[in-house]
Amino acid sequence: MIFFRLLVPFILMFSAQAFPALDGQALAKASFKEKMIFIEMLTMDPSDKASKVLQYWLDGELAYWPKIGGMVRNVKEGRKYVLKDLMTGKELETVVSKKITRVKTNNRLRAELKQVIGFRKIASPDVEVRYAAVLELMRQPNLELLPKLLDRELVEPDLSVNTNLSILIGLTQLESSDSFVQLEGLERITNVLSPEVKDVLNRFLLRGDLDRIVVDRAAEILVDMERQLSYWGMGQNLFYGLSLGSVLLLAAIGLAITFGVMGVINMAHGEFIMLGAYTAFVVQQFIPGTSIWSLIVAIPTAFLVSGFSGIILERSVIRHLYGRPLETLLATVGVSLILQQLVRSVFGPLNQSVITPDLLSGSLNINAAFSMTYNRIFVIIFAIIVLISLWCVMQRTTFGMRIRAVTMNRGMASSMGIPTKRMDAMAFGLGSGIAGMAGVALSQLTNVGPNLGQAYIVDSFMVVVFGGVGNLLGTVVAAFSLGVANKIIEPFSGAVLAKIFILVFIVLFIQKRPRGLFALKGRSVED
Amino acid sequence: MIPTTSSALYLDGISVSFDGFKALNNLSLELALGELRAVIGPNGAGKSTMMDVITGKTRPDTGTALFLGQHDLTRLDEARIANLGIGRKFQKPSVIETLTVWENLELALAGNRAPWEAIFRIMCSRDQSNIRAVAERVGLTDTLAKLGGDLSHGQKQWLEIGMLLLQEPEVLLVDEPAAGMTDAETMKTAELLKGLAGEHTLMVVEHDMEFVEALDCKVTVLHEGRVLAEGSLSHVSSNSEVIDVYLGR
Amino acid sequence: MLLIFLRKLILSSIAALLMYVFIANVVLPESFGLALDSYTLTIIGKYLCFAMLAVALDLVWGYCGILSLGHTAFFALGGYAMGMYLMRQIGDRGTYGDSELPDFMVFLNWDELPWFWFGFDQFWFAVLMVFLVPGILAFVFGWFAFRSRVSGVYLSIITQALTYALMLAFFRNEMGFGGNNGLTDFKDILGYSVSSPDVRVALMLLSGCGLIGCLLLCMQLMKTKFGRVLIAIRDSESRIRFLGYRVEYYKLLVFVISAMIAGFAGALYVPQVGIINPGEFSPLASIEVVVWVALGGRGSLVGAALGAIAVNAAKTFFTGFYPEAWLFFLGAIFVISTLYLPKGILGAIVDLGAKYQSTRSTSLKESCS
Repeated sequence: MIFFRLLVPFILMFSAQAFPALDGQALAKASFKEKMIFIEMLTMDPSDKASKVLQYWLDGELAYWPKIGGMVRNVKEGRKYVLKDLMTGKELETVVSKKITRVKTNNRLRAELKQVIGFRKIASPDVEVRYAAVLELMRQPNLELLPKLLDRELVEPDLSVNTNLSILIGLTQLESSDSFVQLEGLERITNVLSPEVKDVLNRFLLRGDLDRIVVDRAAEILVDMERQLSYWGMGQNLFYGLSLGSVLLLAAIGLAITFGVMGVINMAHGEFIMLGAYTAFVVQQFIPGTSIWSLIVAIPTAFLVSGFSGIILERSVIRHLYGRPLETLLATVGVSLILQQLVRSVFGPLNQSVITPDLLSGSLNINAAFSMTYNRIFVIIFAIIVLISLWCVMQRTTFGMRIRAVTMNRGMASSMGIPTKRMDAMAFGLGSGIAGMAGVALSQLTNVGPNLGQAYIVDSFMVVVFGGVGNLLGTVVAAFSLGVANKIIEPFSGAVLAKIFILVFIVLFIQKRPRGLFALKGRSVED
Repeated sequence: MIPTTSSALYLDGISVSFDGFKALNNLSLELALGELRAVIGPNGAGKSTMMDVITGKTRPDTGTALFLGQHDLTRLDEARIANLGIGRKFQKPSVIETLTVWENLELALAGNRAPWEAIFRIMCSRDQSNIRAVAERVGLTDTLAKLGGDLSHGQKQWLEIGMLLLQEPEVLLVDEPAAGMTDAETMKTAELLKGLAGEHTLMVVEHDMEFVEALDCKVTVLHEGRVLAEGSLSHVSSNSEVIDVYLGR
Repeated sequence: MLLIFLRKLILSSIAALLMYVFIANVVLPESFGLALDSYTLTIIGKYLCFAMLAVALDLVWGYCGILSLGHTAFFALGGYAMGMYLMRQIGDRGTYGDSELPDFMVFLNWDELPWFWFGFDQFWFAVLMVFLVPGILAFVFGWFAFRSRVSGVYLSIITQALTYALMLAFFRNEMGFGGNNGLTDFKDILGYSVSSPDVRVALMLLSGCGLIGCLLLCMQLMKTKFGRVLIAIRDSESRIRFLGYRVEYYKLLVFVISAMIAGFAGALYVPQVGIINPGEFSPLASIEVVVWVALGGRGSLVGAALGAIAVNAAKTFFTGFYPEAWLFFLGAIFVISTLYLPKGILGAIVDLGAKYQSTRSTSLKESCS
């Protein structure tokens, strides 16, 4: 080692091994101009230690400690300084300011340090770090870095880092005063959709020294960008609306069976959703971690838990109240209170969180204005699957045919040998079971608490009534249109007002068309 | 047909459909003032739907329905039509079961129907004697204090008829008045209705052919939502089509 | 017969209670030790207000078949109208000492009173609003709902949506009604301190008289032909239409009267409990009112009052001693009263009485023959 040093002393200055020799005392005492050279020197050193020195320097935490004759990190604590080892961060000693010489900086140095640190990160072996560094540099593009950035672009292996690097280069090129470079930069950011880039363009257009052709091109790009941004923004709202619509659909579709088809007002429907969500929570206690299996197990379990609760409710309470809708409403409110308190007593009043499986966390980012989180995509797909399976059950199975027969003409169905009472219980169980599955889906979006059901019961009834009672298609259309309408109004008015608007709209709508969007017309529905 | 003020009811080209099923199919019918008309026809011929259209319960898809040649019944609601002077007795007796016979009759009594009137107006003795007279006429004097729900089926029919009389309507639509009555009562009802004709206009729907015969009036046969035949009972009962669809051979 | 007796019994017990409080707390000197303390007075006053609210609901539900799940909205609006008057009476004694603006407005950096707060410094104006605001809301809502013949469960659900929407709205700070915290920290009413024992007694007596007044008014109303038309609407809505009655006008009138009674109850409630917040609009609170009426016996007015007092007494007991069990109990009342007591406590007593009477009369006949 010593031999090596002696052999090429000049390289030593710029090599990793050279750094321990970096004279802390010299650095601390150097003039600002000299410090520039030190920065240059550190730039050449790819070691971790150099990175740390640069970072602490920027943060004002770098100091020379004569006691060990080397550099340390100092953290101010009150009037004293806690000294820490540069590399390990281990606390060494707490001293007063006289005992150390802090490395001072000025604004110019600080800007230089920032650039250098940013650029070091761009070359980091860690993709995440490179990605973050590119985004960081975008905030303040520096023309001086341009050649280095262009070089880096040629060797950058990661696609998404490279895309952003190209944008960064584009933004950096805009800093230039050369029209050709500026135009080149503009082309690089033509199809970039991000509010930040838009801001840069807006600021760029305010510069007085631009060529006519550059101004025209920039303005053109800007208009195009704004149009695309608004489209994507609408798309984003639409996506949120669809996901809200799916939640509403899941919550309401069980109700569409119990209320729409059987004519039973079940105010405890929301609590069946809540039971489903708690089932997901309990299943997760048995299958911990972020595996998708806990979700896969939870869905049928929740269906069974809520479905059986529904059957018990039907057998014990509701069957005594058929034909008396207002009484059914009251009795089921009572049941919903009991279920809420039961859950509160067992699980406690606080919200519990269900961990989202790895597969469903994160999001699909199309661009800066449009991204879709996987859990919302899951809920949309799940709602569609539930809908299709329900349709198949109702239309294609004997069970579904019997349910329809019982609801259409009870006496006739009974005389044909269909056990009507059992069908009632089964249909009610089906509706409640779907509520349970809705609860599992909800547990992926929000926390699970005893009042979860309360939040959805009014909305679910609105959906069913708006869509037209006894009409599954109406429920689907109503759920999605209310969901989308809610999310489109929200940006203008805020969430609460949007909800109020929707409620008032439905209240008015029901008065205009008391039987909903897709009303069945005929003598059978009169009275 | 051209509507004239002399016709109490004028229906022209009325069609009503429920989910594709044509309950009324281009139905045309005219009742002269003071006329008594019997309407017969098989189940589902559209008799009740026709009454629903006249009383404003059902809106026709197409067609004209005029009362006294001037009131467009397709635009008015039930209460307005009732107040104009069209009274209806339902097929299924629908007296108000939780009110007494007296109270049922009181509600039917002609007069201002406004809520304020109902709160502040005190019944005058003439109204009371009016109610008693009608109760006497329909044979319910002894049951005035009974609840509507405690009456027998025949008594409910009589109460319905009594309520209809107290409304003092111009036109009476009477749906199956004889159902649930004894033979003697049936004949009494026929006499009562015949007595009302002239002063009032009546449309009576009935299945009981003896009753229709006793009414001794012009008969309209409905089938599949339109008029199949019209004329005296002997005339329509010799119509081969009528025999096919309704009377049977 | 038994029903009439029970009515008189309940009315006279309320009157007796009021007489007792009047004599013990007002006429007799304090040294007699008969006077009720102000905590008890407030609780009784609260129950009486709830009973009034229940009577209001029974008027529309028991007699006209309109099951409103939003009656606390009218109660709360009446309460807010009174609360706004009480807020204005605080004057510069609030935390921020602004003579014009209530504390929460100062906190929100508002410069001036919103237009809908004007006039509430006058007692007569506030009292007018106590009746007008719920009345107008009921009129507008009922006008649309009854004209388009929304009835039964549909009506119940949209009344619930209405009160839910109002709750969300009143939770917003921007609405200008104190948001989450509502209106509270009241000082004076008509120049007297709201917390003084005399005012407590007066408010409680007023609630009692209000309840008796409402009961008598409603009973009288139901004795007229108007009452019979309402019953006919409840039992056979379409039939009464064909008799020429405009069902919507009748429903509208009774709904507005009911809303005003509810508003009045709310206005008496607020100075006694000292706070009004958006929680009063919650759909659950409305449904609780329904169970008071159902338990007491609907369509009898006094039954509703009885149910309100009974359930609230139970609530006070449970939330004091077994808070966990309260919702179980309340839920059980819902289920039991619908399954086993369809006519409520009052109806059950009347039925029992009738049964007893008929068995006695048959046994009498048997012993004679």
